[in-house]
Parts: sequence; structure tokens; C-alpha cells
Amino acid sequence: MEPRIGIRNFKSVLFKSVIIFFAFVITIPLIIVLLYIIKQGITQVNWHFLTHVPAPVGEAGGGIINALVGSFIMVGVAAIIAIPVGMMAGIYLSENPRTKLAYYSGLCVDILQGVPSIVVGIVAYFWVVKPLGTFSALSGSMALAIMMLPIVIRSTEQTLNLLPDSLKEAALSLGVPYHRVIIKVIVPCGFAGILSGITLSIARVIGETAPLLFTALGNSYLSVSLTKPMESLPHLIFTYATSPYDDWHNLAWGASFILLMFVLILNIVTKLLTRKWKIQL
Amino acid sequence: MENTIVKAENYNGYFGDNHVVKDVNISINKNEVIAVMGPSGCGKTTFLRGINRMHELIPGATSKGKILLDGENVYDMNAIYVRYKIGMVFQRPNPFPNLSIYENVVAGYMLNGLKVSKADKDVIVERSLTSAALWKEVKDSLHKKGTFLSGGQQQRLCIARAIAMQPELILFDEPTSALDPISTSSVEALFHELKANYTLIIVTHNMQQAARVSDRTAFFYMGELVEFDDTKQMFTNPADQRTQNYITGRFS
Repeated sequence: MEPRIGIRNFKSVLFKSVIIFFAFVITIPLIIVLLYIIKQGITQVNWHFLTHVPAPVGEAGGGIINALVGSFIMVGVAAIIAIPVGMMAGIYLSENPRTKLAYYSGLCVDILQGVPSIVVGIVAYFWVVKPLGTFSALSGSMALAIMMLPIVIRSTEQTLNLLPDSLKEAALSLGVPYHRVIIKVIVPCGFAGILSGITLSIARVIGETAPLLFTALGNSYLSVSLTKPMESLPHLIFTYATSPYDDWHNLAWGASFILLMFVLILNIVTKLLTRKWKIQL
Repeated sequence: MENTIVKAENYNGYFGDNHVVKDVNISINKNEVIAVMGPSGCGKTTFLRGINRMHELIPGATSKGKILLDGENVYDMNAIYVRYKIGMVFQRPNPFPNLSIYENVVAGYMLNGLKVSKADKDVIVERSLTSAALWKEVKDSLHKKGTFLSGGQQQRLCIARAIAMQPELILFDEPTSALDPISTSSVEALFHELKANYTLIIVTHNMQQAARVSDRTAFFYMGELVEFDDTKQMFTNPADQRTQNYITGRFS
């Protein structure tokens, strides 16, 4: 036994070094992406860039206001659809984990999470675009909402699962009806977790391009109508980055920078909010 | 008997097919402190939770028979109303972590959406916390979260929360089993004071505690109510052999 102790210690140290090394390695792609996009994009961003629509080929200047407004509107509408539905479903799954409905519903959520976003786009195309006969921001929001749902549902469910039953019993024993127990006690206690799920889902879908390709379509002009085609940041990046013009490439870099900053800020805000509203059980 | 507040008539409690409380008949008077003791799994907690219909909230749990509260069968009443009328304190202190101490005391009103003026709330909070022997300790930190208190203080806060609803009857489910000895004695001291205004039913697995705090004691064994008598009588001269065995420590 004794002579092997040196080897065993060595193996432990080796193993530790390997996992530390890889923990470090995984930060490299993010840092490279960040630095590159900041380098390429930050020079494009100025007030003009944020407040003007893209300029036609050959004309100097131009901005991304149409895509900024479009992304905010479409993600906003998607959130309005997905948050209540997702929270309700999440509450059900957490409250009734052993029912058949919960089993199949949970299965659907898992599968939905794995459905490629382009497929979600096609579904929204057949459900909303075709019947209405026009590409529209609303159909884009529908597609994004479907993408958001699994994240909101699972984060709600998992957050509420962590709350002890004694909390619910405390409220029930005071004669509080079930719906008020959920609304006044359970949801507020799990608020930080639910909120972080919501912001995470927003950060996830704000960069989605595929579901918007044949739903919101894109629009070179500023539009705020839900029933008309609308531009979005990722779609603008896609269109302008694949164009042959340098001016447009720059526009795409600038838009990438804005999108990246937005996702980054959203993630940081989520962390801060979660810490602020974290409830000590 | 008009002095009776709770009366169980052939009460049976089940978890699925598991018959855990068997044909219990018991009659409890106003302003009494009743201890319910017995070994683990004897059905004492199930019986307690049957009184305010908390038992049926567990999936698969059912009950049969009657429990009369002031002469009215709680199983004919609305369950929410029964729980509103009867106070309950649990094994582990469970103050609402999202509410302040103040809000925790009036939680029964707040969560039920009852409109109570600020002045009335102030009165309720002070009176309830005073009755729960907690007022002096927390009067300067009423708006801090209840979860910052120590375990014993949290449990007294939960008692204050129950008292605030002015129930006639308060059920305690092993209220000191998660507390240290000092907190335990402060909660036990409280029982004596609460007796003047409330009827207390205390489930405990601790015989000494039953002997210390109660007027009468009910001994449960294997789901049956074996013996129900004056506490002194039961601990000095039990009528049933099983009670004798239990209090002399032949099984636990």
C-alpha cells in the first residue's frame, strides 16, 4: 500500500489540474467572441446609428432603429403571451407532479425545448401567416413565445419545487384558499427564480433568427404595426452580413454589438435581481 | 355538555389503504391543555390534522367519522372555514419568508384579503406578540423579515400568527421538536399562559413535556386512543397496561 501513495497523490493533483484547465479553457471562446465583436462593432455605434433606419446601398450612414424597435416589440409581445401561460403551467407541474397530465405535459415541454427553432418558425407560418395572408410581427411573436415557453415553465416549476411544503401548510392552516396560497405565498417566495427564468428566456429568444425568417420577414423601414412585417436585430444582422457591401457589413457588426450587449446586460441584471429578491428560507 | 369544544365520534384516518387512526372517541373541554402522546406512527399527528381538516390535503388521505367543533361536524363545514377558525402551529417554525415580523402576525388577515385598518393591525400585532411572549424581543424590529429570528423566536412568531386570528382552539404538532432546550422551555411556559383564553391540543413524542404542560393526556398506540385521563393520574397510575409500558419506557 505505502509505496503507491505517491502515485495516488500524483493522480489526484493531475485530475485537479485537468479540471481546472478545462474550466479555464471554456471561458476563452466567450472572451474571443466578445473582444472581436466589440472591436468590430463599437466604432459603428453612435446616436445616428441608434436613431435611423438603414441607408440604401451607396449612401453613407444609416442605423438600426427599425430592428431595435422591432426586436423590442416582438419580444415584448412574445413575453406577454409566454409568461402567464408558462407560469401557470409551471405552477401546475410543481403542484401536481404525479398526475398523468403532468407527466405528458412535462414530456411535451422537454420535447418543445428540443424542437429546432426553424421548425417553430414553420409552424407559426402555417398557423398565423397563412391564415392572415401576410407576414406579420404577430406571427414572429408567436414563434418566439413558443420558444420561450419551455424555459419559463421549467424555471417556474423548479423554483417552486424548492419551496418547502411547510410554507403552503402554514398558509392553508390559516384558512387561506388555495388560489390565494399560490398567488400570495408560493409565487412571491419563488419570485426571484421565476424572474430569472423569464429574463433568461428573453435573452434566449432575442437572438433568434430562424423563427422570424418566414414570419416577421423583416422590413427596411420602421414599422410598429403588429400586422405588418417587422425587422429584428438578428434578422438585420443576417441580411446585412450576407450582403456584398462593406457599409452593410459595418451595420451588421454594429447591430451584433448592440445585441450582444443587450444579452450581456440582461444576464447581469438577472443575477443582480435574483440576489436582491432572493428569499432566505 | 356545553363546556365541550371538540368532540371526536368514531373518527378514522387513512392514508390510502393504511388505517392510521382507528375509531377515536374523545371529548375536549374549553380552556384545557391536552397532550397527545404516543410512539412514532401511532396516528397522533394524523388525528390532530383531522381536526382542522389538514389531513385530507395529503394525496390519498381520507377520513371517516365525525369531529364536532362547538357541536358542529367540521366535515359538514367548509374546510377553509374550519382552518380559519382553528389555529395551528407546526413541527418546524414556518414563518412566511417573504413577509416581515409584523406582516407575519397579521398574515391570516392579509392573505385572506380581509380589510383591516392600520390602527387595528397595530393592536392585533402588539396583542398577539405579547401573548406569544415575543413582543419585548421584537418590538423594535417589526419590519424585519421573520426568518431573521432564532428558531424559538420563529416558533413563537408562528404562535402569534395563530393567536392573531383569535381562534378558540389551537393545535400544536410537536411544536418544540425542532427547538433547543431553552427555546423549548420558553414555548412550554407560554402554554400555561395561553390556557386562560384558548384550548390547546399539543401532540408530542416527549412524555416529560406532556407531563409538564398538560391538564389531560391522551395516549395513542397503533392508531387507537388507549387512554385519556388526567395527566397526573396517567403518569402515576395508568389504567392500561400499554400506557404503563410506554411511560416506563418499555417501548418508544
